Order: sequence, then C-alpha cells, then structure tokens
Amino acid sequence: MTEHGRARAHHLAQFNVAALNFPLDDPRMADFVAMLEPVNALADAAPGFVWRLTEEGEPDATGMRPAGEDVIINFSVWESSEALWDFVYRSAHLETMRRRREWFRRHVDAHAVLWWVPAGYIPTVEEGLERLALLREEGPSPSAFTFASAYTAGEAAGAGEPAAV
Amino acid sequence: MEDIDAIALLQDPVRRRLYEFVAGRGREVGRNEAAEAAGVARTLAAFHLDKLVDAGLLEAGSRRLTGRSGPGAGRPAKVYRRSAGERAVSVPARDYRTAAGLLAEAAEAAGLDAEVRDAARRRGRALRGPGGPCGDLGELAEVLSARGYDPVPDEGGEVLRMRNCPFDVVAEAFPPLVCGMNLALLEGLVEGSSQVSVRMDPRPGWCCTVAEISKNNER
Repeated sequence: MTEHGRARAHHLAQFNVAALNFPLDDPRMADFVAMLEPVNALADAAPGFVWRLTEEGEPDATGMRPAGEDVIINFSVWESSEALWDFVYRSAHLETMRRRREWFRRHVDAHAVLWWVPAGYIPTVEEGLERLALLREEGPSPSAFTFASAYTAGEAAGAGEPAAV
Repeated sequence: MEDIDAIALLQDPVRRRLYEFVAGRGREVGRNEAAEAAGVARTLAAFHLDKLVDAGLLEAGSRRLTGRSGPGAGRPAKVYRRSAGERAVSVPARDYRTAAGLLAEAAEAAGLDAEVRDAARRRGRALRGPGGPCGDLGELAEVLSARGYDPVPDEGGEVLRMRNCPFDVVAEAFPPLVCGMNLALLEGLVEGSSQVSVRMDPRPGWCCTVAEISKNNER
C-alpha cells in the first residue's frame, strides 16, 4: 500500500520443484492438469505479478524438467512478498496446494525457495536451482529463504546479497 | 496492556457495542457512523473508540470520507477497523495454540494431509449434533457464527462468506494443511444436507471457504 504509485527497487523471485506421483498424461493427474491454464491465467492477472517461466512455444513450464525427469518446476517473480502470498494462498491456487498429496511426492528437503532480485531482472533456471540448493545446504539466509523464514530486500542487501544491490 | 485488561475493556456496554459494530462491518468505520449505531454522542463514541485502539482491539487510520481530495476536501476523518491481533484469556492458563502449531508442524512434515482431513470431517459430523445436517443457509450461518467464522451473506444471499478464520495463526503457518482441514471440518458439518454445500474460495482477508445453496437441491 505504502509503495502505491512508486516503483519498487526489488522484486521477489520464487522457485519450486514438485515430484510427480504419475506422468502428467495419467488420468490421476487430470484434475491438476485441468487447473494449469485457469490458475496460470489467474497468476498473470494477479496484482503484483511480474513474470513466470514458460517453455518456448508453450503456455507453461511443465515440459521443462531441469531437476529430474518426473520433477516439474514453477518459477515466477512478484513485486512483493504480500503479492506472492495472496496469489499462492489466498486465490484459487490454494486448491492445487490443498490436493498436493494426490499429485506430488512429499519432499524431505526444502522444495520451494524465495530470494530478492533487482526490479526488471529476470532470473535463470540455473539460478533457481542454485538458490534451492543453497537453501537445502545452508538453511534459510537472506540469499535463499522461505515464507516461514522471510528476509526483507533491505536485509538481503545488507548481507551483501549481490543480486539485490 | 495485558490480554485480560484489554478484554475487560469490553465489559463497558457502550464500548462493547462500538467494538461489535466496527468488527461486524468488516471495513473502516467513521466516528459518526459508529456513534449512531451505538446510540451515543459522537464525542463519547470517539473517546471509547480511542480507548479500544489503545488496547489494541481496534486499529485507527484516516480517510477522506467524502472521496474528494486536494484543497477544500477537508481534514481526513479518523476511521476504525478491527485489529488483526488476537487477545485471549484462559483461567487457569492453557496454551492450545502452541500445541496446535506443534501438531500442525509435525503433520506437515509427515505429509499427513489426508489423515488430518479425515479427522476433521469426522469432527464436523460430530459437531452437527443430534439434529442432523444443517437445514438451510440461515441455519448454517448460526452454527458458523457460534464457531467464530463471522459469516456474511454475499451474492444476493446465495453464498456465505466467512470474515474470520478461527484457525488464523496455524492457517497462516501451514495454509494448505490447515485450510484443507477447515474445509473438511465444514464438509462434515453439512454432510447429508441437500440444501447447502461448502467449497474453497480463498480471498485476501477472508476465510478460505464459502458455504452456498446447493446447485443440485432441486432434484
């Protein structure tokens, strides 16, 4: 609210992996697949949405498997942590999370990571994988964190986070 | 201010009426409007409203109620809304919140979504009591009110939206698990009803579920 009408210096990147219980064309995944298009459209129109990863020529990134054959990735950038939270947990997207155990294997390690990027910068898939690895190896830090262990852009810059300077 | 002192402020009937009015609006409320609803003079309402702000029960802001801005728009009016913070007292001391958070953390870590939902659905059925499922939306609204959901009719009375999440702190910490649990609890509560059903419809600032008149109740 306080930032209304003023461009933010930093945006929040989120990257997560999800190990499929069944291939996407399996009937048991049909409800999830049916939700992809409407929920992605919801994201694109959500307040504070900046960018999401799509495979070239495709409407989404479900065909990209950089983290494993049966692991889909989800990668996006948002103006603020509140904007991302409201989309993930306070929109129809929550339904995909509520039913996550039907479709995805439980991860022992962290499966989702957040970090700050300079506004206008679009991070790469390699960076997403690196940030997730960092979170898994060293726990939450200003360079790689979660909603439960969030850092502000200021804290990230203060900790010498290069991408956030 | 300690929880018990903040809650004790609500013993005053005027303050209680003002608090319930502001909380029930679900939006910012001006002094005049609140005074009128509580049946007291504006200055007295202002005094009590500010006491409730000091206690953290309400939050104050300022807004131009006329919608105009710039010179001539007048001074912004003081407005009030219910504080998001919680106040609770238990005598003797109990701490179910820590217990709930711990159990949710363990259930999340173990991936027990389905087990939690099954338990919630059973609990919802048990809460229904001997009267069977809730008859219509009005009856369900009473049950939900009693359980702290603050239901308000929407979409011409076809839908009940819940202004308050009774599980707020745990739901914020583990949304898919706890919102799923909440939906299952309500599913159990309305199970067997041909009149009403519940579904997810999360929106910022609201409970994640809505109740509605069943689409297939004409069969």
